[in-house]
Amino acid sequence: MSNVKPTISKALKKNIRRNFVERLIEWALMFSGLIAILVTFGIVYILVSESIPFFDSVSLKEFLTSTIWTPNFEIKNYGILPLVAGTVTITGIALIVAIPLGTITAVYLSEFASHKVKETVKPVLELLVGVPTVVFGYFALLLVTPLLQKIIPDLASFNMLGPGIVMGIMIVPYIASVAEDSMRAVPMAMREGSYAMGATRFQTAVSVVMPAALSGIIAAYILAISRGIGETMIVAIAAGQQPNFTFNPIESAATITAYIVSVALGDLEHGGIGYQSIFAAGMVLFIMTLSLNILGQWTRNKFSERY
Amino acid sequence: MVKKQEIIKAESRNFNFFYADGTHALKDINVPLYEKRITALIGPSGCGKSTFLRSFNRMHDLYPGNKYQGKIILNPDDTNILDKKVDAIEVRMRISMVFQKPNPFPKSIYENVAYGLRVRGENNKRMLDDKVEEALKGASLWNEVKDRLPDLAFNLSGGQQQRLCIARALATDPEIMLFDEPTSALDPIATVNIEELMSELKKKLTILIVTHNMQQAARISDYTAYMYLGKMIEFDETDIIFTNPSKKETEDYITGKFG
Ligand SMILES: Nc1ncnc2c1ncn2[C@@H]1O[C@H](COP(=O)(O)OP(=O)(O)O)[C@@H](O)[C@H]1O
Ligand SMILES: [Mg+2]
Repeated sequence: MSNVKPTISKALKKNIRRNFVERLIEWALMFSGLIAILVTFGIVYILVSESIPFFDSVSLKEFLTSTIWTPNFEIKNYGILPLVAGTVTITGIALIVAIPLGTITAVYLSEFASHKVKETVKPVLELLVGVPTVVFGYFALLLVTPLLQKIIPDLASFNMLGPGIVMGIMIVPYIASVAEDSMRAVPMAMREGSYAMGATRFQTAVSVVMPAALSGIIAAYILAISRGIGETMIVAIAAGQQPNFTFNPIESAATITAYIVSVALGDLEHGGIGYQSIFAAGMVLFIMTLSLNILGQWTRNKFSERY
Repeated sequence: MVKKQEIIKAESRNFNFFYADGTHALKDINVPLYEKRITALIGPSGCGKSTFLRSFNRMHDLYPGNKYQGKIILNPDDTNILDKKVDAIEVRMRISMVFQKPNPFPKSIYENVAYGLRVRGENNKRMLDDKVEEALKGASLWNEVKDRLPDLAFNLSGGQQQRLCIARALATDPEIMLFDEPTSALDPIATVNIEELMSELKKKLTILIVTHNMQQAARISDYTAYMYLGKMIEFDETDIIFTNPSKKETEDYITGKFG
């Protein structure tokens, strides 16, 4: 009896051990978050500091407007446009393939497929995500391009069409998976509302589920674009590494990433202008993806669903 | 039991329902829905009210493995709407439904109401405008939203959203409207609005409403069915059910002696 009172007052006292553990966890989480932020800033810092000397020798105007990129030639030209054109063209082709296929796959999986089909198809799609991109590169070079050449005789052995299509196939699972997740998150009550109005499955999917999942679907597309812009191996292998200011998909071209990897693998001396040029190119890449992410955030907020 | 000369709009006959997991949710239900009358389904939670209501527009078809047995006859066709040969979509075109929680679509107010017509292939702007206005008036929402038809439906209050859902269900001129506890998510004022609306609607169509609120059933319905454990215990005129039920179980439930 006598020890009842102290026990209660003890229990009400602050639990030092628990508080300490909570704090520790909080710090650990903050620390890992901090690392990610620091690394990002580190990357930006290196990009900027390494491209400043580059822009001492090459004017920003030339860099942004010249249509010739010949860092390895006698007469050196540093116009980023050919690399941007290659990046945009190949990514564009990839999206033309991936957006319809990925969206249709997502709609099918989320609205039409039976449970059994879903459980079979999803793992297969995820398997596709795990295929190393080098494999896709050789797939483009040795299988897709020769096949395409049967249809388009003018197609160069290194071209943008083949790698673009293959990149598109590679991106399909990303779009399908992210879009399907956001469509599946649409409450059943909303679908039932549509069916109760006499809508078909397809009408429900297109007119109710997709608008309800719009922000997720757009996020999927933006992720796909980022993935396309950043993709390196497929283009380095199958598009040729010839910087070429063209949007014609049957010609060969280089992308920003393909250029960076070719220089990084070559034996250019550190500190030279050729070496610095990859940082300037990387900067362009960084700005492109950053703008996409901002666009993604913006659309996400603008179309954020409320149900 | 039914003194007046009533027309049967729909009727369940020896109706049984089984969920995919084998749950025998409804057992030998026989209930008529009289034309232009409000029939209320009451009973404790889990007794099968929603399951029964959702059979009238074949909502259970959406989930594989569910099984109907027996008949739900729709008049004047004298057709069993549960028959495999009957198209569920055709049934839903004539029997519309309002849900427990307002579930507007992620669309404008206008497009929400026009949805059922668009689904039927109606794209004539004049026709849609007229129908949308008529339906919103029918759901006594027109005055509140006529200046902001292009606004997103989510911007409306809960009560307005529920009336929007009623307008949506009305726009296609259904013969029967099903309501599953339509006011349970609403405040008292919005509830009164919707109850008044239903009394107005029954001039034109037949209503089946599930309610957990006995006062509501007493206030608005003409007929009441008391259900318990998947069985229809008693069906009669609402006045009789609430003042002089013939079954002991009904009386216990009505007077609150029950569980
Ligand atoms: N999807 C389902 N699968 C299996 N059983 C269900 C399902 N939905 C409801 N039930 C069961 O059917 C019975 C009736 O449910 P319901 O019609 O929702 O009751 P009420 O609307 O009267 O509260 C309950 O026992 C419930 O557990
Ligand atoms: Mg219910």
